[in-house]
Amino acid sequence: MIEHEYDALIVGAGGAGLFAALEASKAKDLKVAVLSKLYPVRSHTGAAQGGISAALGNVEEDHWEWHMFDTVKGGDYLVDQDAAEILAREAIETIYDLEHYGLPFDRTPDGRISQRRFGGHTHNYGKGPVRRACHAADRTGHMILQTLYQQCLKNDVHFFNEFQVVDLLIADGACYGVVAWEILTGELHLFRSKATMFATGGWGKIWKVSSNAHTLTGDGAAVCWRRGIPMEDMEFYQFHPTGIYRLGILLSEAARGEGAILRNHSGERFMERYSPTLMDLAPRDIISRAIITEIREGRGVDGKDYVHLDFRALPREVLEEKLPEITSFARTYLGVDPAKDLTPIQPTAHYAMGGIPTDIAGRVIWDEQNTPVKGFYSAGECACVSVHGANRLGTNSLVDILVFGRRAGRDMVRFVREEAAKGKITASPDRTAAETFQKLLAANGKERVARIREDLQVAMMDDCGIFRSDEGLRRVLGVIGELYQRFEKIGIEDRGRTFNQDVLESWELGCMLDCADATVRSALNRQESRGGHTREDFPNRDDATWMKHTLLFRNGADYKFTYKPVTITKFQPQERKY
Amino acid sequence: MPTAKIRVKRFNPEKDRKPYWADYEVPYEPFDRVLDALHYIKWNVDGTLAVRRSCAHGICGSDALLINGVNRLACKILVKDIGTTISVEPLRGLPVIKDLVVNMEPFFDKYKQVKPWLINDDPTPEKERPQSPEQRELFDDGTKCILCAACTTSCPVYWTTGEYIGPAAIVNAHRFIFDSRDQGGQERLAILAEKSGAFRCRTVFNCTDACPQGIEVTKRVQEVKRAITVGGI
Repeated sequence: MIEHEYDALIVGAGGAGLFAALEASKAKDLKVAVLSKLYPVRSHTGAAQGGISAALGNVEEDHWEWHMFDTVKGGDYLVDQDAAEILAREAIETIYDLEHYGLPFDRTPDGRISQRRFGGHTHNYGKGPVRRACHAADRTGHMILQTLYQQCLKNDVHFFNEFQVVDLLIADGACYGVVAWEILTGELHLFRSKATMFATGGWGKIWKVSSNAHTLTGDGAAVCWRRGIPMEDMEFYQFHPTGIYRLGILLSEAARGEGAILRNHSGERFMERYSPTLMDLAPRDIISRAIITEIREGRGVDGKDYVHLDFRALPREVLEEKLPEITSFARTYLGVDPAKDLTPIQPTAHYAMGGIPTDIAGRVIWDEQNTPVKGFYSAGECACVSVHGANRLGTNSLVDILVFGRRAGRDMVRFVREEAAKGKITASPDRTAAETFQKLLAANGKERVARIREDLQVAMMDDCGIFRSDEGLRRVLGVIGELYQRFEKIGIEDRGRTFNQDVLESWELGCMLDCADATVRSALNRQESRGGHTREDFPNRDDATWMKHTLLFRNGADYKFTYKPVTITKFQPQERKY
Repeated sequence: MPTAKIRVKRFNPEKDRKPYWADYEVPYEPFDRVLDALHYIKWNVDGTLAVRRSCAHGICGSDALLINGVNRLACKILVKDIGTTISVEPLRGLPVIKDLVVNMEPFFDKYKQVKPWLINDDPTPEKERPQSPEQRELFDDGTKCILCAACTTSCPVYWTTGEYIGPAAIVNAHRFIFDSRDQGGQERLAILAEKSGAFRCRTVFNCTDACPQGIEVTKRVQEVKRAITVGGI
């Protein structure tokens, strides 16, 4: 293995990873590197459209306490409120940081950062929508990614592009780096590091209809799980209400923030029935359930599994200036003109609320006592801090990844200076990664990776989507068991070293199976309905039994659940109505 | 289901001495993208095909390719819209690594030359730096760039002399030169005034046609040339 040594190593070059790298790179005496399976500006942060919330109060009265409350209520009270307070407070300075770094926010007539409405964000603790989402047209995530990458270039951060991290170097309860597979050459590299961070993104590709990139296969989470780190709250996965029919491509909530509305087969604005106060700007879990309910009760368009998003009341200049990307998506992929035609949409797999458990400094934890894995950090979608609880509010993903990416970067610097052992790291990896890749390169069975992946995506969509039941979850768990067996018998065609995506996709499929396994087991375990986790056989929220976070451990064929209490500070759980 | 003939320019550096065309018969749905057709080949016919892709809806910039002779994102063009015989090749002007994958490093090196980050040495204010909507509008076009390289690798000047910094780097310089908050305009204009800079552009407009984000690339290059000529913006 080719060996490297760093002080701070960041895996993933989306918003969380780049912000952490930028913070760490300010410590000029530290050697900092970023590894990504992609090129930096290819990460999926760039696909975030509508906005990033912070209670700046630029266009109307707003307070971070309101943002914190909305986050807690939006997450159906499973949110850790110490983390939510940090999210809401530090969102404000994070936005100003981004502006100072050059992010081209849209502006108000008096030259301040412009803000708009988004689902679940309210004034006066739920009285009505508030303009809180800062935006750069509907390319907010793209601009965040570009701006952070530019600043990392300015600070000379070293990038290892197209390196797939495949294992963690863990010894005596601490992390000493990673093993990575260089896609260009097929070589394994060992990166030793005093502090390591995973900002590796989500696993939305385990579902058939998904807003996620092809590369979002849950690698980071799976690698952690295999090394004994538990997965937190994996049952909570968000389906965004408005994906382009069949393709799953996201049409931002900003559309509804600017005034677009949802209509069923008869043209009825059905959200009036489900959420009388916020209607089309209710949180995502509520709208996605409403859409599926409309479809199940025969009110889908033409009896099919979609409804319409209606932009027709929006002035053309709003479409062209504030929503240009999604207007272009509708034209390119559906051939419809949103100014004149109704746009077919269906809910699409979008965002993991759960993941690698961390504390508020971004440190990964081993257990329900919050014991840190020394030198190991995580932030972004792959991590669970938990600010989203059972359901994430729109725009809070960008807030989460930046606020906690920034915190993790800062704490890595502190750790390297104050806690890490001085001198060279001596830990070395076992043979796991080398054997895995030898086996994959030689795989000559009859099963095809693409078939297994598709069978997984269909089964997850059918039985572990928006509505779940004991019967369906047991069925999909059985399917996953069979898919694991088939995965042992795959064959690959590319036996070369150069840019071997055949091997890469096979390895990714193993990660997808692990993420699906953790998701379904956690969903089967939680016998209540809360936020994005809806059990038809347990339709109510059950605070007496289930006001707690799930931690799922796997050791070989053994699975173990433990639970962590929810941190409640300012807001006592209440019934969640909008 | 209808089928299309997809002609892919293949090259495996471990086996082939030079690139060759391979033809595939691919069934397609009305909403299938060219990227879906390439996936069909990878996943059903030949697992050795290499192509970069990620988001699959035109925002990550991974899959710019030469499709039917013009640079397009494979995920932003539908099979049904471009005929039943479709040729797919790697971008021109960058070294091919394998099949449709090219070495992007020379492209990113040119991007870095224009100092593509906000330069402003003033102390940061407590809140945002003010900027009017009109000032913001001046550099809006360039902010759309996804660094896919479709423009630069469609430029005949770039093909013939790899020295030319290329339209993507100029557009990204423009994005900062015309940003009221930036103080590095003169520095960048000096870089772009050099021999390999903006005046290499011969206004062929291939770049504008190739841009999947609809950026008026040639117009932005002209604005940079004018700023150099008059000694500032």
